[in-house]
Amino acid sequence: MASVKTFTLPHYEAYPVHVALFTDVTNAPFLRSQLLDANPDFDYAFLDASMILSPSHLLSATFLALHTFLSAPTRKKTRTPHSELVFRLSPNNNIGESYKKFGIADNTANVIAVKLPLCPSTSTSQDASSEGNGYEKDEAITAESVGKHLGDVVKGTSVGLREDGDELGAWCDVEKVRKVYKLGGGEGQKGKKSGVANGHGEEKEGEEKKEMESVILGTIALKGS
Amino acid sequence: MAEAPIATPIEPPPLPHTTRPLHNLPPPFTHHALEPLTQGAEALVYKTTFLTPHTPVVVKYRPPKPYRHATLDRRLTKQRLLAEARSLVRVKREGVHVPGVLGADWEGGWLVLEFLEGRSVRGVLDGWVKGRGEEEEEEMKGLMRRVGKEIGKLHGLGVCHGDLTTSNIMVRTPTFISTSTSTSTPTASSPLHGKQTPSTLREAAMCGDEEPPPHPSSSSSSLLLHGDIYLIDFGLTTSSIQDEDKAVDLYVLERAFAATHPAAEPLFHQVLASYGEWGGKGARSVLRRLEGVRLRGRKRSMLG
Ligand SMILES: Nc1ncnc2c1ncn2[C@@H]1O[C@H](COP(=O)(O)OP(=O)(O)OP(=O)(O)O)[C@@H](O)[C@H]1O
Ligand SMILES: [Mg+2]
Repeated sequence: MASVKTFTLPHYEAYPVHVALFTDVTNAPFLRSQLLDANPDFDYAFLDASMILSPSHLLSATFLALHTFLSAPTRKKTRTPHSELVFRLSPNNNIGESYKKFGIADNTANVIAVKLPLCPSTSTSQDASSEGNGYEKDEAITAESVGKHLGDVVKGTSVGLREDGDELGAWCDVEKVRKVYKLGGGEGQKGKKSGVANGHGEEKEGEEKKEMESVILGTIALKGS
Repeated sequence: MAEAPIATPIEPPPLPHTTRPLHNLPPPFTHHALEPLTQGAEALVYKTTFLTPHTPVVVKYRPPKPYRHATLDRRLTKQRLLAEARSLVRVKREGVHVPGVLGADWEGGWLVLEFLEGRSVRGVLDGWVKGRGEEEEEEMKGLMRRVGKEIGKLHGLGVCHGDLTTSNIMVRTPTFISTSTSTSTPTASSPLHGKQTPSTLREAAMCGDEEPPPHPSSSSSSLLLHGDIYLIDFGLTTSSIQDEDKAVDLYVLERAFAATHPAAEPLFHQVLASYGEWGGKGARSVLRRLEGVRLRGRKRSMLG
């Protein structure tokens, strides 16, 4: 049984999102192969934790995946809510590239798994505009069911998340994220004083990370515009 | 602005009298979760939370205009919303203080922005009483210099605000950044020691003092004078390298200052001085151009 934290996004309270974090994962190749085979039992967004800066970073792409499939089907760029989540994280418009950057690779050790509570609509009489591809709440998906399944299939250490979920950003490779989103600044940048010496280092680092997050969220929100 | 209209302007029909909300909100938003802040001619602004229950945001919604052709209306709304959001993200990337963009749906007509706790410069000027002591006077001057700096930074990027009024510049209430993880014990080594600043207040709070040290006017408005300046409302923003456009930005703000406070002139002088320092090479010629804009503005108002 893996530890699962359920996030309730404001305005989509009816669609709780289940998230689990694993470290020291040893069977990433197996998990990847299940995704590539489109095994319906492995309908998750499996993410490389080194690419996630903070809970809000993850939740902004999560919100857009939910919003796209529930309320804005014309903005849909991928086939499933989970692939939409991976795609929305990326600043790039190429789906394959999004998976390469944010999805898991064979050697990924720290993995974030996200499960959205959606399934294709069973009511077929929907309006034509949704191309018969409507989605609705999947009542069968619970924190329990997700924790049980992930506990069985992911070989790694399950990390419990506290209320704010800050652990989700703890494995981030900040410089790599900075590069992918083409953010300037960072280490070795001219004109940037090292803030560590004056006793306010942590504070400054926190502020810098907040600013980085803010630009990333904006980039994600405007992608495809 | 005071030009005689040639024909009677076409105005939107008057709003019906009702206690019910005037507009349907786009999904996923509901009136239940949104607290109305302002209702301008173009946009409805609400306060709510987004992504997490403790992330305050504003939702800026541009509802459809029923008197405009539906297709045209959708296109114009989308253009304006995207222009605003793109400008915000772009200048934030370059370090200008603006609210972050957390979400957007240009088909739905809404934008989610970081909520800024604080007050507009207009509000600060309204509450400003001169002669409260030299220290507060200096703080006010410092605030004005920070206004000039943000505008200088913005113009330095080749971006004109387009609606630079005192309502569209906000002073953010200084925050006491979470101290739970900080183990450092700030002492007199702080470069600001001896002065009442947000960080000394914060230090006092961290040392567990019941109250910050006494201060001649340690009211919330005094604290606000230490706040960071944020520019908001980028709905009319344009990319421009023209001195003229930048000078008009400054002129609009100058008029807004003059209309807000009798003692505004010396304060605005601080804004311009700081603008000159932060706006890069171009700032000087913009300030020169401002003289011409003023002159024309005066002539126009004389002609009435
Ligand atoms: N990010 C924010 N944080 C806090 N308050 C805000 C924020 N954005 C807007 N407001 C409040 O809402 C008011 C209206 O917002 P804004 O100026 O963006 O819209 P507007 O003037 O109605 O729109 P527009 O001129 O683009 O049609 C502001 O004057 C301010 O009081
Ligand atoms: Mg405004």
